[in-house]
Amino acid sequence: MNLPANQTRHLAGPDALAREIPDGACIGLPPDYSPVAMEVVRALVRRGAKDLKLIGVPVLGLCADILIGAGCVREVETSAVTLGEAGLAPRFTEAAEKRRIKIIDATCPMIHTGLQATEKGVPFMPLRGVLGSDLVKHHPDWMTIDNPYAKGDPILLAKAIVPDVALFHARWADEAGNVWVGRRGELATIAHASQACYVSYEELKPGDMLEDELLAPGCIGAVYVTAVAPAPRGAWPLGVPGAYGIDDAHLTRYARLAKTAEGFRQYLDEFIYKTVAA
Amino acid sequence: MPVSYAKEELLAVTIARLIGDARHVAVGAASPIPAMAVFLLRERNNGMPRVSLLQKRSGNPFTEGSRELFDLAGQGRIDVFFLGGAQIDGDANINLVEAEGRRFPGSFGSAFMYFAAKKTILFREEHSPRVLVKKVEYVSAPGWSPPEVERRGGPVALLTGKALFAWQKDKRCFRLESVHPDSSAADVRANTGFDYDAPAAVPQTAVPTPEELVSIRGPVARVIAENYPGFAKRVWAA
Repeated sequence: MNLPANQTRHLAGPDALAREIPDGACIGLPPDYSPVAMEVVRALVRRGAKDLKLIGVPVLGLCADILIGAGCVREVETSAVTLGEAGLAPRFTEAAEKRRIKIIDATCPMIHTGLQATEKGVPFMPLRGVLGSDLVKHHPDWMTIDNPYAKGDPILLAKAIVPDVALFHARWADEAGNVWVGRRGELATIAHASQACYVSYEELKPGDMLEDELLAPGCIGAVYVTAVAPAPRGAWPLGVPGAYGIDDAHLTRYARLAKTAEGFRQYLDEFIYKTVAA
Repeated sequence: MPVSYAKEELLAVTIARLIGDARHVAVGAASPIPAMAVFLLRERNNGMPRVSLLQKRSGNPFTEGSRELFDLAGQGRIDVFFLGGAQIDGDANINLVEAEGRRFPGSFGSAFMYFAAKKTILFREEHSPRVLVKKVEYVSAPGWSPPEVERRGGPVALLTGKALFAWQKDKRCFRLESVHPDSSAADVRANTGFDYDAPAAVPQTAVPTPEELVSIRGPVARVIAENYPGFAKRVWAA
């Protein structure tokens, strides 16, 4: 493992970020309640991205459902795919039932633990529980060992997870290349563990947020960030805590339309292929 | 005089009784009824127990992101958690992955939380032989573990839209505790795919008191509506 020390680049917008993410990339994505880079996801669909592998940290939602429905995804590893109150993720569900994509089922803390191993630069990290779950039988990278400190005590290991790309949305980026994600610690974990990290943001702050004692603890330092680009309301129809909420009506509408392939196509035409002002 | 109540309200007061005097209750994704139960207890007991609502849209209790819930549980700081299942079997195994050719969202944190939380209340509104099966098709999280596997907690009860079961850890078997007013012991037996113990006379589940309903429809409904707007509209549409 050899992760880069970045000089963050400032790009023009979501399409420029989407162009940096190659076909076949393994992308670590946050759940829908952590700011998601939805505008970049729409740009990935517009550019016809192919063969992506998505890792849900620890679960996936609308981003994944849209990418799966649009045929951009080969494989997902996740603890769940859900639209929350809007119900099942319809494109994921159909793709799973018709075996169109490969699914590696996981459980939330095993994903976090695998990424935390990468943060520390170690090959694996143990976690309690999980033993006896069929997840262990089917997961290719998990292994049970006997606790070397106390014999006769089986314990599960998560292999270090190294996504090619971390992709998410932030409230602020600054001129120095830091991004502010507040309390959303899973975003920092994904950023720390990934080969490249792309972040869309609501607003650009002048200067360096790490100089500000109140902002610094909510920042991911520029050393982890490959490139940033502005995308105001870029998480829509999902929310950015403190800036704007979730568009529940839109999610309900999506869940209804995406139940059929034809309805999903209609959704893509209306909200993704035609550029839409949110 | 009998008071009228919604099914969700009956289930919430039943869960509140099961939680009892826990100090810290965590509520996972898409669990508005367990959330109602905890906020009802907090109304009654001066803000106890502490609740960590994973889904809380503002003022979320975690500052380390989504892994913090699991770290807390791993340390033993979570007393009560809730799990459901597309299928639940007589060994208290749960399946959140796939059943009868249908795909479900996935296992979430269940495979860890079922071990790490001190008590887990299993909750699923649908009570049918399709859901309550002899053997789950996929074990997302096991209801029990062999003695060499370290396990802090496990199931204590299973609540459905028809009945409340207690989990008997030593016998590795559920026992029917009570049936809800619109069901019966025979109805429960006919709609449960696994075998369980039952007393000769099965009591009825206690219904919400007028005081509980005042709390539920006032302060509890307000906090639920902030975090589960669709659910709140369905139950308390006005």
